[in-house]
Amino acid sequence: MIELTTPISEEQIRALKVGDSVAISGVVYTGRDAVHKYLHEGGELPEGVNLEGSIIYHCGPVVVKDDAGEWKVTAAGPTTSIREEPYQADIMKKFGVRGVIGKGGMGPKTLGGCAENGGVYLHAIGGAAQVLAEHIAQVHNVYFLEEFGSPEAIWELEVDQFPAVVTMDSHGRSLHAEVAEASQTVLEQNL
Amino acid sequence: MEPLFESLIEIIRRTSAEIPDDVQRGILAALENEKQDTIAKNAMEIIERNIGLAKEKSQPLCQDTGSVLFYVDCPVGYDQMEFADTARAAVTEATKRGFLRQNSVDSLTGKNDGTNIGPGSPTFHFHQTREANVTVRLVLKGGGCENVGAQYSLPNIKLNANRDLDGCRKVILDAVQQAQGKGCGPGILGVCIGGDRATGYELSKTQFLRNLDDENENAELAALETDIHNTANKLGIGPMGFGGNTTLLGVKIRAANRVPASYFVSVSYMCWAFRRHGAKLDGAGEITEWIY
Ligand code: SF4
Repeated sequence: MIELTTPISEEQIRALKVGDSVAISGVVYTGRDAVHKYLHEGGELPEGVNLEGSIIYHCGPVVVKDDAGEWKVTAAGPTTSIREEPYQADIMKKFGVRGVIGKGGMGPKTLGGCAENGGVYLHAIGGAAQVLAEHIAQVHNVYFLEEFGSPEAIWELEVDQFPAVVTMDSHGRSLHAEVAEASQTVLEQNL
Repeated sequence: MEPLFESLIEIIRRTSAEIPDDVQRGILAALENEKQDTIAKNAMEIIERNIGLAKEKSQPLCQDTGSVLFYVDCPVGYDQMEFADTARAAVTEATKRGFLRQNSVDSLTGKNDGTNIGPGSPTFHFHQTREANVTVRLVLKGGGCENVGAQYSLPNIKLNANRDLDGCRKVILDAVQQAQGKGCGPGILGVCIGGDRATGYELSKTQFLRNLDDENENAELAALETDIHNTANKLGIGPMGFGGNTTLLGVKIRAANRVPASYFVSVSYMCWAFRRHGAKLDGAGEITEWIY
């Protein structure tokens, strides 16, 4: 298990390779369809959000206010990442994002961006909402809650040892492409 | 109306938070079957831990609580409209209590009113029976896995699939290959051979009501199920598509008649977070027995 704490340097990211298990700590920001589209169209980051060396988490968490008025995440699994494929590489480059967490993997444009600018794709366990919520220590803040609604807002989360696997690295390798290719070969032998 | 309302909320709660025993056994076997110190093994460990946590906290197994599908067997003369009204109220209440996510969106306006009620939501499938009691089964079908479902029209030239069981085998395995890990595998396939485009998919989903370890009554289909299950697990797609030994936990296939001009094979994919429960109810609507 490799420990990663945000902000992450390019050197640390370049040391990661496909298949590495990581435990992420520090601040990460959620962002999904609305945020990616907005930023890609030239929208500015809200004040207080700094994506330099940070991680974007493709997640629409279930967040409730507890009795003391504090936000609490009750479910927080990843959502399908490929929808952000048109935007991801450009956003990572523009804002200095070092990693994205999601599920299902992403395509060639993101993979190319990861190689060029030093980024990785981190696959979380899809559906493991309860386990992953336990690794979210605190909700620091929320942005665009009004504009985009809760699942689409930017949630600033403090995570602690959040488990994920590097499935796309900064050296041009994608586990998704490799597994798909290998399984296609086996399939053809078994038809 | 009261006991039925409470019974339905309990069925929803249990379905959302507790994985059925047959699926749990499949997941434990898959966990055993993955090699030590692999990311596939680690994924299965997290999944297993998640199942325990959800049950203990009585909270959704996965935050996508999916499409809400009711399958109701009821005697002649049973008031189905009243059942549907009560079930809609129970869905709204279960959403308030956090057993279901606010998960139903108006397709035209994009609005989500937070009730999970709307056209087609929840969905009811009623069947009349000669039995005196009512049996309610509930499936919560996630969206990520629904997106990797596929329907094929045979013959399929690209896959060299003809209108026979070998052709069916080819397209079903293609669906597995296309899905990779995107449906949160290891998954379960529900398949219908035949029917029209609508009934084909509908009947493919009813296969999820079968017990994972049951045996198909039709020997040919039983053999096809086993063959596809074993072949899929040779592909090495593995949990989450990470590579590994378990790509599927099960395959369930049925056939339906078709018109001579059509030959559809409809494949529904269920994620590991396979949420399905059911109960028998007495005349007052109280739960007398759990099914799965
Ligand atoms: S596919 Fe299943 S496990 Fe994955 S996110 Fe959707 S409902 Fe959850």
